[in-house]
Amino acid sequence: MPPVNIEKIKNDEIKRQNDFCCRIFVCASTGCISSQSMEAIDALEEAVKSHDLENEIEIVPTGCMGLCARGPLVRVEVAGQKPVLYETVDPMFARLVVSEHIRPALAKSVKDYAFKLPDFLKNRTVPLDIDFFAQQQKVVLANAGDIDPESIEAYIARDGYKALEKILLNMSPEQIIEQIEKSGLRGRGGGGFPVAKKWTFARQSQAEYKYVICNGDEGDPGAYMDRSILEADPHAVLEGVLIAAYATGAQEGIFYIRAEYPLAIERMKKAIRQAKRNKLLGKNILGTEFSFDCQIRLGAGAFVCGEETALIASIEGRRGTPRPRPPYPSVKGVWDMPTCLNNVETLANVPSILRNGGDWFAQWGTGSSKGTKVFALTGKVINSGLIEIPMGLSLREVVEKIGGGSSTAKEIKAVQTGGPSGGVIKREDLDLPVCYDRFQQAGSIMGSGGMIVMDQDDSMVDIASFYLGFTVDESCGKCAPCRIGGKQLLDLLEKISQGKGTKKDIESIKLLCEAMRSASLCGLGQTAPNPVVSTLTYFENEYLEKINSEVCK
Amino acid sequence: MAKTKQQLSPIEIAAKKYARYRDPLIMVLHEIQTTRGYIPREAAFEIAKLLNVPLARIYEVITFYNYFRLKSPGKAVISVCTGTACHLKGADKLVKEFSEELDIEPGQTTDDGLFHLQSVRCVGCCGLAPVVVINEKTYGKLQPSQVPHVIAEWKEKFETETADAAS
Repeated sequence: MPPVNIEKIKNDEIKRQNDFCCRIFVCASTGCISSQSMEAIDALEEAVKSHDLENEIEIVPTGCMGLCARGPLVRVEVAGQKPVLYETVDPMFARLVVSEHIRPALAKSVKDYAFKLPDFLKNRTVPLDIDFFAQQQKVVLANAGDIDPESIEAYIARDGYKALEKILLNMSPEQIIEQIEKSGLRGRGGGGFPVAKKWTFARQSQAEYKYVICNGDEGDPGAYMDRSILEADPHAVLEGVLIAAYATGAQEGIFYIRAEYPLAIERMKKAIRQAKRNKLLGKNILGTEFSFDCQIRLGAGAFVCGEETALIASIEGRRGTPRPRPPYPSVKGVWDMPTCLNNVETLANVPSILRNGGDWFAQWGTGSSKGTKVFALTGKVINSGLIEIPMGLSLREVVEKIGGGSSTAKEIKAVQTGGPSGGVIKREDLDLPVCYDRFQQAGSIMGSGGMIVMDQDDSMVDIASFYLGFTVDESCGKCAPCRIGGKQLLDLLEKISQGKGTKKDIESIKLLCEAMRSASLCGLGQTAPNPVVSTLTYFENEYLEKINSEVCK
Repeated sequence: MAKTKQQLSPIEIAAKKYARYRDPLIMVLHEIQTTRGYIPREAAFEIAKLLNVPLARIYEVITFYNYFRLKSPGKAVISVCTGTACHLKGADKLVKEFSEELDIEPGQTTDDGLFHLQSVRCVGCCGLAPVVVINEKTYGKLQPSQVPHVIAEWKEKFETETADAAS
């Protein structure tokens, strides 16, 4: 049977899309579905049908459009006219959009000039030229909100699987790794390890069978980048896995996804089925020697499984406890075979890097941090949502321009990045560029992409206790520094919170933090003290206030 | 003689579904919990036999992972998100309110078996914080004052269901 003709699928799909004079994009990611976007879709479909416009209008359910706090989001694109984005679209309003915006806009008499929206509709629009959109740079999220994630044709129409075709027909694994090296891509799960290095190690490992694992065990509370990517563009992640497999010489791929993300799992399953049907997965892909298959494994609510060796233990059906490295997974991974393990966002970057070249990707960023990064911007900020920015942009621009500043009347106090493994960056340091190394110097980490804005009401002692409480709960209990140290540390913080602390406790806290950092077995324990250390460094006064408050009484 | 599909137990069906998988234990447990709501003891016994895994290993896995439950959770599972964004926006007040209204602690089920309260890690709807998920329905930007109303809404739903079943 001849291999699939990607170019033909692309052209057919573009032609099919162009046959509609109006396309309505409705965000169908977990956030907007929670705000009843499926009801909006039903109402739109009904209205389109009742106006007899089924041949003119296509309704496209999409992935995340970004402005999650204002969902359900609906974007209307009438051919030849400016796109219009509506917020908080309920079923009633959805019907009005069809009858009062699209129907008149499509009428022949007004086709030649821009249709003017009536005010009651205009009041519910979000201008598409605001800083929230203008300051972003979409690479990973390029398709999010623009395509139906459940359609392989839609992905191919946006040059999907072009990179796979290019590398399978024209490039050697070494040339692929060279492009990744040029791009400067580093692990987006939090560690920031250079991807080209990881792939080289896995490639060099000699074995009959190798694996690629996509780490979708996003556990950082307050972050949902990977979930959104899997929901918005599953084929991009799958194509990234295929490229990683060819580059490292792997035969099988495993998607490890949190069970708490049912929609992401469903869309990934569908993507795999579609790829198989189109012979982009299986034997002799695109008529080459390259054969590859994939399966999905579910996480079961253990934060520690984001750590690579714990994740592997979990795939092997055991409790997810980490083991000492080396050997690294690239030498001895799942079922003792060499395994290349990358995070969802990392892999989703790969197809566009191979399509456009490493240099193209490296045009954004700082010396050591290239490309773009997706963040979940949440907390006390006006535009809470999913964003993608070029590395190097200052935190101030992110928080004030994209985020629109504080959502409360209070001033912003700090920005937290890296979740339970990260730290706080205080208001005075907001000019810091988004960069792996600069964040680390400031006592935080880039992390997987949680960015939480805190205002004057948020107590830093409480924040430290919150994160530490999380890691203590999630500690697997294997090594003593993490299991016992974390608990002791939490007890001390609670003592201080209750106003019973002494200055000596602060010394004990510092000592315990140091011990956990240097002696814990895995990243969870080593980084667990970070939120404590960083709040203590920048906001020691808040700790002292709690201590002194009792003395004063 | 091979059993036909009708003769297979739900656990045998689950095990069959993942027969091609190496070490399918966790996937089979997921399958059981999806249909039963928890992992009953007799199911664990059957899995041990079918997959040839020691029972101790199965309980080791069930109790290690937060997701798996050993008891039936009740008809409505109330999950209060306690991720960072929700924490900052008062998730603890929601837990307290549900707890007081239903007279149960997080992790417990009401005596009538209707409600189970739990605090969960980030459900990933941070833009809508604070968030509560009840079965498949998500409540965004929920205020403590709305809690009694939400509980009443579910009670009413169950009453109608019971009435429908009776008639």
